Amino acid sequence: MREGFAQLLASDPRVFVIGQGVWSPWYAGTSLQDLEKEFGTGRVIDSPVSENATTAAAIGAALAGMRPIVFHPRMDFMLLAVDPIVNQAANWSYIFGGRIHVPLVIRAAINRGGEQGAQHSQALQAMFAHVPGLKIVMPATAYDAKGLLIAAVNDGNPVMYIDDRWLYGETGEVPEEMYEVPIGRAAIRRTGTDITIVATSHMSAHAIQAAATLESRGIDAEVIDLRSIKPWDRECVFHSVRNTGRLVIADAAWKTCGVAAEIAASVAGEAFDDLKAPISRVCLPDAPAPTSAPLEQAYYIGADHIVSAVEELLIRNEKVLTAKSRSLIAK
Amino acid sequence: MMLPNLSAETWILPAPMATPILTALFRTMTRIRMTEETIAGLLDKNEIRCPTHLCTGQEAIAAGVCAALQRDDYIFGGHRSHGHYLAKGGDLRALMAELYGKATGCSRGRGGSMHLIAQEVGLLGTVPLVAATIPIAMGSALASKVRGDSKVSVAFFGDGATEEGHFHEALNLAGLHSLPVIFVCENNLYSSHMHIRERRVKDNIVQTGNAHGIEAFCVDGNDVGVVYRTAADAVRRARTRCGPTLLECRTYRWRGHVGSSMDLDVGVKRKDELRDWLPKDPIARARAALLEHGVHESALGEIEREVRAEIEDAIQFARDSAYPSPDELLEHVFSLRES
Repeated sequence: MREGFAQLLASDPRVFVIGQGVWSPWYAGTSLQDLEKEFGTGRVIDSPVSENATTAAAIGAALAGMRPIVFHPRMDFMLLAVDPIVNQAANWSYIFGGRIHVPLVIRAAINRGGEQGAQHSQALQAMFAHVPGLKIVMPATAYDAKGLLIAAVNDGNPVMYIDDRWLYGETGEVPEEMYEVPIGRAAIRRTGTDITIVATSHMSAHAIQAAATLESRGIDAEVIDLRSIKPWDRECVFHSVRNTGRLVIADAAWKTCGVAAEIAASVAGEAFDDLKAPISRVCLPDAPAPTSAPLEQAYYIGADHIVSAVEELLIRNEKVLTAKSRSLIAK
Repeated sequence: MMLPNLSAETWILPAPMATPILTALFRTMTRIRMTEETIAGLLDKNEIRCPTHLCTGQEAIAAGVCAALQRDDYIFGGHRSHGHYLAKGGDLRALMAELYGKATGCSRGRGGSMHLIAQEVGLLGTVPLVAATIPIAMGSALASKVRGDSKVSVAFFGDGATEEGHFHEALNLAGLHSLPVIFVCENNLYSSHMHIRERRVKDNIVQTGNAHGIEAFCVDGNDVGVVYRTAADAVRRARTRCGPTLLECRTYRWRGHVGSSMDLDVGVKRKDELRDWLPKDPIARARAALLEHGVHESALGEIEREVRAEIEDAIQFARDSAYPSPDELLEHVFSLRES
């Protein structure tokens, strides 16, 4: 991510970064480290806790021809910028008949865990995905973290780039050159024939882990890392579900009216005849994030939850039992 | 008098103004006034139906400030922004067509009265979310600073907008980064239906600028010469990297918050308040000054005739234009990718 930021700043004079904590390791980890030393505090601008004004300033700069990236180190705090994001950035192209555009990247970090509680933990991708005029991406790998950032800056529209701090330890091959991961394109992380697992952000890693467990129990799962929340790769998901006939969606955000609900409704509408079982969602319970460690443990979801959801789905749906799921029930 | 008790140095004293400049300002104000009053009639006839907020009585602020700007300087406005659009040089045909909801409108029929754009003359947008464009204008000024160009950005907003957090965050950041932006508060004493004394402990908007460490002036917003000169000083400071300015212009909204009504019928305002303000008509004052400077009555009449002809042409253009096709409903949600 840091390499992506540096290459964007180096290659495009229109790019600048503004937001809270961009000069501080407390907020962005190493993802923005020393950028202000390399590119100057005039282009890498730390800001007061004025989420509204910094976001709106980035919009104004975008309207004036720049390619700003505004950084919100806690997505919860970004709610103070809902007017500029929802009313302004998302609307501006449409309400002026396409005469002007907002080439803006809004980077929002999800914190979660560490007993931080309700206001340092929220995953609000669904809330923003609801709004026409916004694109939402959620990288889950090091490769995508860089490629989606560059794609977001080059897109020419308001793009919310949501990274999860639980992914900051991920490692992987990252090309040195600048490259884009296309917005709206999912990645199949594992092919399989029995069930499709669609996952967002860090749930992708859990889904891959869950698929390994399921394989040992004789279930062959396909894992799709959605990468883009809006627009999302409908064709990739539909194609997979048509092959497997079963779908579990893992999104580490609230279940009600969430991303998983949108995908489930779309699949039910488009691929109903291919479904052999109901669609299952693995999401957070409809409650704010707690602080106390045992409560946190009960609150968050991981590979085990995906495995359970798959097994329950196969067991519950007796009408379409396969030999594999029969043997599973026998266990 | 509705003016607050302010220290003497915050007031800009009137001074004689060159006739050509005042004539140009008179023309701009007349163009705005006659457009607004024509629109009021079209609203009454239901020929224009979108929510429309008229700026009759407030013309001097848009005219005075925009006259101090260059064509490529940026301005932003709010819900009551026909005057800003016209003063910055926006095309009257495109404005009128937009009010009629036509495809030839400045926003291609997606905006109506409350969402106007004329980016060819630096108006990057007006939106009705109160105070929204204050930090956005601060952002276009930030773009100028990052790029190192000499453009100036202006946000026009009403007194009600100063009660939003947007305003205070934007003033702080503008001051902190010494941005080339001018915050123009058109204080017409009303936020929708509420008088300023029902909304604030003190009628002291100008002092907010000082509290945020930026230059601030309170002027008679119905004196176009004073507005122009104060704005020109603010523009000079902004262009020479001497920082932002808050300019509070005291004025009065003759018509209601929205629509053509004079507000009296809905009991929002007292008749005597409007009666006090009508003689402060900025256009009548400019006309009197021009006649005093030796400009002939017929020259001013000619300006009015020209403006009327332009308005009639614009209305005809709007009436003759086609509506946007329903096939285009979903166009423009996103920009197409630049190659």
